[in-house]
Amino acid sequence: MSAPGPRSLPPLGPTRRLKLPRQAERTLDNGLTVIVVRRPAVPLVELRLWIPFGRAHLARGHLLAQTILSGTETMSSVQIAAELQKIGGGLAAGLDPDRLMFSGTGLATGLDRMLEILAEVLTGASYPAEWVGVERDRLVDGIQVARSQPAHLARTALLKRIYGRHPYAVQTPDPEQVRAVRPGALRSLHAQRVRPAGAVLVLVGDVRPERALDAAEKALGGWQGDGHRGDLPPAPPLAPGPLLLVDRPGSVQSSLRVALPAVPRTHPEHAALQLANLIFGGYFSSRWVENIREDKGYTYGPHSLVEHSVAGSVLVAAAEVATEVTGPALLETTYELGRLATVPPRPEELEQARQYALGTLQLGVSTQAGLASVVSAYAGSGLRLDFLPEHESRLAKASAEDVAEAAARYLAPARAVTVVLGDAERITPSLAALTPIETVPVPS
Amino acid sequence: MPTRRVKIPATRYPVERFTLDNGLRVVLAPDRSAPVIGVAVVYDVGIRSEPEGRTGFAHLFEHLMFQGSENLEKLAHFRHVQGAGGTFNGSTHLDYTDYFETLPSNALERALFLEADRMRGPRLTEENLRNQVDVVKEEIRVNVLNRPYGGFPWLTLPPVMFDTFPNAHDGYGSFDDLESATVADATDFFRRYYASGNAVLSVGGDLDVAEATALIERHFGDVPARPAPARPDFTEPDLTVERRTSYTDALAPLPAVASAWRVPDPVGDFAAYLPYVVLAEVLTDGDASRLVERLVHTDRAVTSVGGYLGFMGDPFDVRDPTALLLQSHLPPGGDVDKVLRTVDEELDRLATDGLTDGELARTQARMATHLLRDTDAVLGRVLRMAVLEQQRGAPELLGELPRLVGEVTEEQVRAAAATLRPERRASVEVIPGGAR
Repeated sequence: MSAPGPRSLPPLGPTRRLKLPRQAERTLDNGLTVIVVRRPAVPLVELRLWIPFGRAHLARGHLLAQTILSGTETMSSVQIAAELQKIGGGLAAGLDPDRLMFSGTGLATGLDRMLEILAEVLTGASYPAEWVGVERDRLVDGIQVARSQPAHLARTALLKRIYGRHPYAVQTPDPEQVRAVRPGALRSLHAQRVRPAGAVLVLVGDVRPERALDAAEKALGGWQGDGHRGDLPPAPPLAPGPLLLVDRPGSVQSSLRVALPAVPRTHPEHAALQLANLIFGGYFSSRWVENIREDKGYTYGPHSLVEHSVAGSVLVAAAEVATEVTGPALLETTYELGRLATVPPRPEELEQARQYALGTLQLGVSTQAGLASVVSAYAGSGLRLDFLPEHESRLAKASAEDVAEAAARYLAPARAVTVVLGDAERITPSLAALTPIETVPVPS
Repeated sequence: MPTRRVKIPATRYPVERFTLDNGLRVVLAPDRSAPVIGVAVVYDVGIRSEPEGRTGFAHLFEHLMFQGSENLEKLAHFRHVQGAGGTFNGSTHLDYTDYFETLPSNALERALFLEADRMRGPRLTEENLRNQVDVVKEEIRVNVLNRPYGGFPWLTLPPVMFDTFPNAHDGYGSFDDLESATVADATDFFRRYYASGNAVLSVGGDLDVAEATALIERHFGDVPARPAPARPDFTEPDLTVERRTSYTDALAPLPAVASAWRVPDPVGDFAAYLPYVVLAEVLTDGDASRLVERLVHTDRAVTSVGGYLGFMGDPFDVRDPTALLLQSHLPPGGDVDKVLRTVDEELDRLATDGLTDGELARTQARMATHLLRDTDAVLGRVLRMAVLEQQRGAPELLGELPRLVGEVTEEQVRAAAATLRPERRASVEVIPGGAR
């Protein structure tokens, strides 16, 4: 058989336009907003409920999230779990610095029952002393395990360095604070903060939107009480300074974290910033990944991401690099940031990043769970799903100049806050050759 | 309260199967509910097939499949997938290695081209090999060496349970073995295992069957025909005497323990195997499950307990020999012996007294939700179907799983529980070296 000649890459077919699914929305008399989106692909329904929870006491907030499903006047924790299982359902609660968040999935036929159980928990969680005791110990153990993980330790140091005295600075409670929380404090916090005003419920799945709104209203209309909003002050601007080196003796890798300024989803420069971030390190085919992984083999999974919170947005670049190349990895990181901040990207680089941003927007809403996450996150920024085509068109329109400007403004290494967690004895010399360093011990 | 038994919904994905002249098996699963497609190629080679002295080679080779191919330079694969708006990855399992993309549906032909090109031949060069050995070492440091509980229990329990190299060895590989790997090893591995006859192509999502079939013929039709190698016999006898080991994890702050019991052949005896999948959930799915209720909440003997099938949590894509695993993390000073005794007690109680009213039905309903949710994503669907085709010739089984899980009886679950005896158990305990 003769060898075939070179084959060429097939062109892409015509782009299929983003089609938004059917949706409906209602704000109930108690202030709860309900958004329902129909995607009938599998006979399930995804549920997300978030409740504003900014400025809540950290240890009480975390223990409340861990115990809110532990029982009501009429149901024990085991009964709640079993009743949910009957409809193929499950609910979990979690906390971030802005919100208390419930998420769950169940068979679509069980939606009414899932809402009924949720309502019972929201209006009647009883925080039984025995269960609170068990969950308190588990939370303490979980914090101890987290503190043995380099990613957690690096994150903790970075947050403190970024946010200083802002409430975002500390997001994991001290075990001692957790141990001091009593059930009474949880009941008070619940009474004060687990309120419908300003909360958003998202339902996505094999449901009829109007019918699901009615079901939500029927189940949750009786949930009453004004919310205490707990507004946060704006996050402080990043304050560049010496590299913070957190000494973790014996570490076989260094956790490199670089924080840079960013803007919220609604900001006119957000699309251009997103594209600049992609070109830098936001996807595999980025300069940073191609450099420090595919060319130099310093690391496995470097990535950079714009994180949005209510009080502000921040871009965080993260890589776990081999101890012996920590300095060189920082050098390449600074180089790639500086290059993008000072030299406009090539047109084909921008087009590739743009296609990725547009395509992954479609992929992100192609499942029930993906849709639920997007709708819930958008609602957190005061947006609705119709922002998706709006964002799509902003991405499509961002010019090379827009992206270069955004890169100059937001990705400049002079604006970076850098934290490295690693073995100080081994990595200090090469890091110190690049930048001033302040060294602290790993928190115990 | 009377038991209301929820009806487990059926899903039926239309599935087309055919085989090209070169032996490549193809599965098509059209679904036009979103303008996206998933493409997966699965090769019938995994960790169990790597040669002695080459631990971690199957996974290292997976990395090399992304380093350029017949018509593509290094980095081109990533750029072409992502530049079409898609995402990609690959993963190495005990019995197979998969490569996959999910993209907007206008990129279908591009994805087929990319997969066909590397099926014809990756660019195996010294430079790419050395680069990816470095990358894999960093992957192992992130996931195993630099963190607490790294490799627990998927890397630390098989050597306790199994005696033969294929089943017992470290699938991530030793640094020595990885550094000793050569381009010649890679060339041989490709020729032997990455044969058209040893692969399945699975494509799903927003596609027209006739059009997709023509595109597949065009791009894969002239991939040279090579037959599948004979699959070695990996079977090992069951344990008859309990095995138990422990090791100190210098980074771990708290104790942990994992146990495994052999289960029936998941492919050869699916009907006997399925009750164990249900049993794992009866034991550990949520606050209403037996072991969570007893160990976490009543005895406070553990902070968490989980149960699942397969060392990589892969109930429906692993071959014999495999196991049911239970793993627990303990509070400070926790008593591992007591945990193991309590598990035995609960298994006895289940085998002897059976399940409570509604316990099985609610567990099955929850399992149905998990199974359906995994298949909502087109990529989840094509990957599962590819492996079901490869190992069973039955991709349509995916849609039947919720129903089949729902048909498992109480008697079967009790009988399964009765086989999990201490003398058939292999356990590994993590001694915390990082307690402060």
